[in-house]
Amino acid sequence: MSNLIPVLVVVLMIWTYCRMRQQPLWAEAFRRVRQRRVAMASVVVIGIYGGIAFLDSIGWQDGRNEPRKTIIDRLFQKPKERTYSAPLATVTTGEPTPHPLLGRHLLGTDGVGEDVLYLTLKGCRTAIVLGGLTSLIATPLALLFGMLAGYFGKRVDDAVQYLYTVLDSIPSILLLISLLMVLGRGLDKMCIALGVTSWVSLCRLTRGETLRHREREYVRAARALGVSPIRILYRHILPNLMPLVIISVTLGFSGLVLAEAVLSYLQLGVEPGVGSWGNMIDGARSELAREPIIWWNLTAASTALFVLVLALNLLGDALRDAIDPRLRSS
Amino acid sequence: MTEPLLRVEDLRTYFDTPAGTARAVDGVSFSIAPGETLALVGESGCGKSMTALSILQLVPEPAGYIAGGHVYFQGVDLLDYTWEEMRRVRGADIGMIFQEPMTSLNPVFTIGWQLMEAMAVHGKGRGPDTRRRAVELLTRVGLPEPERLLRQYPHELSGGMRQRVMIAMALANNPKLLIADEPTTALDVTVQKQILELIRELQQDFGMAVLLITHDLGIVAEVSDTVAVMYAGQIVEYATTRDLFRAPAHPYTRALFASRPSRDQRGRDLITIEGIVPQATAWPPACRFAPRCPERWPACENVAPVYQKLASPGEDQTGPAERGVRCHLYHPELARTRPEQPATLEVHP
Amino acid sequence: MLRYVVRRVLYAIPILFGVSLITFVLFYATVSPEQMARSKLSARNPTPEQIQDWLKQHGYDKPLHVQFRKHMAELLLLRFGNSDTTGEPIWQMIRNGVGPSAVVASLSFFALLIVTISLALAVAYYRGTYVDLWGTFLCVILMSITVLVYLIAGQYLFGKVLKYAPLAGYRPGLDAARFAVLPLIVALFSRLGANVRFYRTVMLEEMHQDYVRTARAKGVSERGVLFQHVLKNAATPILTSVVLAIPFLLMGSLLTESFFAIPGLGTMLVDAITNQDFAVVRAMVFLGTILYIIGAILTDISYTLVDPRVRLE
Ligand SMILES: Nc1ncnc2c1ncn2[C@@H]1O[C@H](COP(=O)(O)OP(=O)(O)OP(=O)(O)O)[C@@H](O)[C@H]1O
Ligand SMILES: [Mg+2]
Repeated sequence: MSNLIPVLVVVLMIWTYCRMRQQPLWAEAFRRVRQRRVAMASVVVIGIYGGIAFLDSIGWQDGRNEPRKTIIDRLFQKPKERTYSAPLATVTTGEPTPHPLLGRHLLGTDGVGEDVLYLTLKGCRTAIVLGGLTSLIATPLALLFGMLAGYFGKRVDDAVQYLYTVLDSIPSILLLISLLMVLGRGLDKMCIALGVTSWVSLCRLTRGETLRHREREYVRAARALGVSPIRILYRHILPNLMPLVIISVTLGFSGLVLAEAVLSYLQLGVEPGVGSWGNMIDGARSELAREPIIWWNLTAASTALFVLVLALNLLGDALRDAIDPRLRSS
Repeated sequence: MTEPLLRVEDLRTYFDTPAGTARAVDGVSFSIAPGETLALVGESGCGKSMTALSILQLVPEPAGYIAGGHVYFQGVDLLDYTWEEMRRVRGADIGMIFQEPMTSLNPVFTIGWQLMEAMAVHGKGRGPDTRRRAVELLTRVGLPEPERLLRQYPHELSGGMRQRVMIAMALANNPKLLIADEPTTALDVTVQKQILELIRELQQDFGMAVLLITHDLGIVAEVSDTVAVMYAGQIVEYATTRDLFRAPAHPYTRALFASRPSRDQRGRDLITIEGIVPQATAWPPACRFAPRCPERWPACENVAPVYQKLASPGEDQTGPAERGVRCHLYHPELARTRPEQPATLEVHP
Repeated sequence: MLRYVVRRVLYAIPILFGVSLITFVLFYATVSPEQMARSKLSARNPTPEQIQDWLKQHGYDKPLHVQFRKHMAELLLLRFGNSDTTGEPIWQMIRNGVGPSAVVASLSFFALLIVTISLALAVAYYRGTYVDLWGTFLCVILMSITVLVYLIAGQYLFGKVLKYAPLAGYRPGLDAARFAVLPLIVALFSRLGANVRFYRTVMLEEMHQDYVRTARAKGVSERGVLFQHVLKNAATPILTSVVLAIPFLLMGSLLTESFFAIPGLGTMLVDAITNQDFAVVRAMVFLGTILYIIGAILTDISYTLVDPRVRLE
């Protein structure tokens, strides 16, 4: 069951990609993205992260009372050490009497002897799930409200505008904190909280674009022919909003991944024990003060985070340039 | 012959676009004598504005660039100038007015500030003298209450008033050449008349040469001495206004005349030129007008026409301009390959 | 102008109402008071009486609608009550915290503003060259690093290795500037990339306007075009992001303050989160909203200063 969801997600993504490639507009956009080396490199990097997250989502139990172990867990079944060790070291670090290690650790081990590479890889799933799930919550919400407000105007518009003005007036970090304090810690709760706070900007954009499209010839013609509003919104306006959605989801994704780290630092992130770069960085806060300094923990987590966010940012920019030259940043 | 004020030779301005290289200006040559008015005529998109901007080297970078040619101003090639030397020419020796009066003024500075800046950047300072001159200029271009106007912002002015301000700004340093890029297109008819009148008056007063860009042959008849007809990045016909109106040579010029609303045509359908200007990235290979030309024959689609001189048909040959046309109809050999009798110079308008 | 401000303030009332409704739903309706009391009481196994006492003391024992009315009235009158944890009046805590927050945050804010606008001007001046290309790329890189790394690395590098400034802490008075150095450096680097890129986009957009061509045709130098014509036009979008931030200088920065142990409002909020102090968080949410609304009004007013076309009616 729990293996089904990640497989389903991947299948769905491939299917969507194939469907979209058949449409000339998208095919052209894909072609333009493919021409950029930076964009392609970003896609590959994001793909690797996604792949690790996927491997970390597929797992099974060895026996009835055994814990469920994912493929990543199984690949890293090295014995646990007693305490810190430097990357590739043979003995522990920072103890009065260093111990010999039970195995070589590519990126060393942390304070309780856990392999840093393993922890870093475990962070991928959290980041990807967080970004993906949040987008899945926020995007439909934003599209629904934005299109309704933009298309129907009047009362509906007033209500939606009131709603997002209120939400917007609360500084988002404060709203996030309040939500998470009430909901408690956990990946799913974080997705809900971030979803609630991050749909507003896309909703605003959607509303504006819908307003613009509503006055276009083709929508007017459809309306004159008596096509129902639902159908107009779904068939005519929604496809025109897709470029906007894709760009804002890609760029928003990186913001979400960064937010996870900050929330973990504030003790509002995922529970301790679930792999998370934010928790790793938070844990490494005091390690630079140790003698000898423990740098690998912090470096591994922040590099993993940095590379993913950078790839997302670069891909988002490339998509913006390729899909919508109007929004071009230069 | 004396050196003309401005002599443009084989000017080429290209754009790098995703669809390929757009040859917006492709081998344009003409010259303007001191005090002369040359009209550059052509349909939208044929490269008139880019020609004008190339003279001042203001082609939108980095997509656009001047790929070749010479722009001799008072005998010196402006294309050899450094950016700083060029800056000193702009606004001082050559003034320019643009097509869009509504957006060409900076919205957040007062008229006075912008007008005085035009003088200040050429070393005249911002003292009371400059201010007096600004008032004088605004009065000269026919704007009421110049003192008050100095403190106003562009959005408080009408389109016609803004264009007058633009003219005042272009004239601030007594330029020897004024480039007016469709100065009246965005204005309504009554205002158009006034602005044209103003330009003509000022030209006589200041004794400057004018390069007037337009797509309206009516304007040409009123103000210009010579006309260059432009099509698809090239000049296709070059003549004095009298000669051109008496006997347009190029089929494109004739088509332009035919599509002009005239008195005896009122009530009938306007004749328009068939088809549209092709994309600058894909000009037709030989004669660029061939696909739309009523006179075309196979040679037009195979051999590119060259620009050749033509004898002026007028009796009095006082005008300085020679006459030229870029069309196989006037080529001694190629014209003979034409199936029917070649058209001679007929008077169409 | 005055009429405009009055209208905006009146318009803020329904928004504040909405915000307090949200906070009420969040804090009163979702968390059972009993649970809250249990976690707050120091005794391991509080007796029912103790819980009742605590609830009464903090006003959580009344029926929901009574609580709601009280909550609304208090928020709108800015009567925040006492902290759930320490019992200290929240206004008192705010008064204590606002000074350090304001000092540290405004120093960083203005430093950031000056540095980013200058850099954006430089990048826009060299647009299309390698300076621009690599500058923009560097911005993306800076944007992609989490603020936590800036905090930890900044403290380590500038505080520990180079010893430019005290590692953490705060002292009021002139000394405060020394303690503001590290937060300033961190704030600078963590916001630099995004800001420079944004300002660059704004300026390049202006560079394509017709009035720039006119200015060049008049013979204005590139520097004049950029520093006078473009900068003044770009001021409007820049102001939107800048003026809105000014009121928040009072609230300080959550992460920076708690990391560098500056006893400001940010630290107070982080402590409240750790202690599950709902009363303080509630008060801060409301305060933040009011500051946001003030910021929005100030932004609109500031437009009239830079753009003659804007009239507030
Ligand atoms: N920024 C640009 N990028 C690419 N091509 C351009 C650009 N600007 C102009 N062009 C090309 O240059 C050609 C000539 O443009 P130009 O503005 O000179 O026309 P015009 O004769 O002034 O027309 P109009 O009467 O509309 O002003 C256009 O057809 C276009 O293909
Ligand atoms: Mg033009």
